[in-house]
Amino acid sequence: MKKGLSFRQAFFTLLKRDLQIAVRHKGDIFNPLLFFVLVVTLFPLGIGPEPQVLSRVAPGIIWVAALLASMLSLERLFKADFVDGSLEQMLLSPQPLPLMVLAKVLAHWLLTGVPLILVAPLLAVLLHLETNSYGALMATLALGTPVLSLLGAIGVALTVGLRKGGVLLSLLILPLYIPVLIFATSAIDAAGLNLPYDGQLAIIAAMLVGSLTLAPFAIGASLRVSTN
Amino acid sequence: MVEKKAETLLSADNLTCIREERILFDELSFDIQAGEIVQIEGPNGAGKTSLLRILAGLSRPYAGRVNFKDEDITRCRDEFNDDLLYLGHLAGVKSELTAEENLNFNLRISGYDDFDTRGILEKVNLSGFEEALAGHLSAGQHRRTALARLWNTNCKLWLLDEPFTAIDKKGVEELEHLFLSHANNGGCVIMTTHQDMSIIGDDILRKIKLDYRFV
Repeated sequence: MKKGLSFRQAFFTLLKRDLQIAVRHKGDIFNPLLFFVLVVTLFPLGIGPEPQVLSRVAPGIIWVAALLASMLSLERLFKADFVDGSLEQMLLSPQPLPLMVLAKVLAHWLLTGVPLILVAPLLAVLLHLETNSYGALMATLALGTPVLSLLGAIGVALTVGLRKGGVLLSLLILPLYIPVLIFATSAIDAAGLNLPYDGQLAIIAAMLVGSLTLAPFAIGASLRVSTN
Repeated sequence: MVEKKAETLLSADNLTCIREERILFDELSFDIQAGEIVQIEGPNGAGKTSLLRILAGLSRPYAGRVNFKDEDITRCRDEFNDDLLYLGHLAGVKSELTAEENLNFNLRISGYDDFDTRGILEKVNLSGFEEALAGHLSAGQHRRTALARLWNTNCKLWLLDEPFTAIDKKGVEELEHLFLSHANNGGCVIMTTHQDMSIIGDDILRKIKLDYRFV
């Protein structure tokens, strides 16, 4: 009965549990992905199949759809834990809260962000994305979707105690998502014109590093406030 | 024989709690020593759960503070959480996981890395249900999955909100024995319950009474 769990073990225990729950609740993985695919496939039907038009709007469509899909999946990040009391146990655990929160956000990203990154090139084909933009698309999604999960988690943590937090959640986090959207699409556009896009990528990477280090503390503090 | 003065584990200092513009209690102060079993009594809506949540540090009181070994719990959260076992009336049991996975996770998240999950589940009469999803268990078995943590802990301070809900008579007796031995080993139990206890008599049990207030 000794307490000897290291931080790393605590992190992976929580990560493993969240992935395990998601595997038994498959809808959680497929819903956001399905939403992403549906939204993107509807656009060619809506605005016509001309390759010039589509390839012009492709970066924006893919990124807006990814943003909305990520937001759609956010709410379940802490809700179930809040409802069944696991969140209280997490708050009272001797393990550092930011660490546990980070494990939860990582699990969320693995379940919702990574599938988006994997299907995005297929959808880009549908939208006639410029061939030299694929690298930029993948790079911006790989760097950008974790930012979406991290920033979104702050909003979820703040609204988890509310019965109908959905609208408030969108209002809270959409403004925070906009910089990611702007720099990501501009990187993809630049790549399409064969211009360097390292600058935009560097800014998204900076946002990732910033949110990775600061968001867990904000999420932890928000959880304490909203369970009060 | 010189009786050693028991150590004060937890003390409430002028706690006031206001919910929905109603004062649940104000200027509530008490000390809880190691070795005590305390029952918080009162009608529904009197603020028992609110008091327990404040003592656990989950909610902040409107005024006053809670001290753990003479230090404000908001200042020594790590130490306090290390010695605290809180079970709310929501059990913290995931219905998507099996009883064994739930217990395993709950113990690991409390910092234990070496324990015998099956042995503990046997003690709470859940042997044979290790692989059953918690969502498929009965209410009592669900509760036992959460309570199983009490059999593998070295936390001194137990805060239990309605621990006996849905537990059968024999199970309640086992829990009472566990509480007594925990108190004898220098721990303390603070709980809310409406149920009468058969083993823990009134001479051992200390009661803190909350009244329903209309103001």
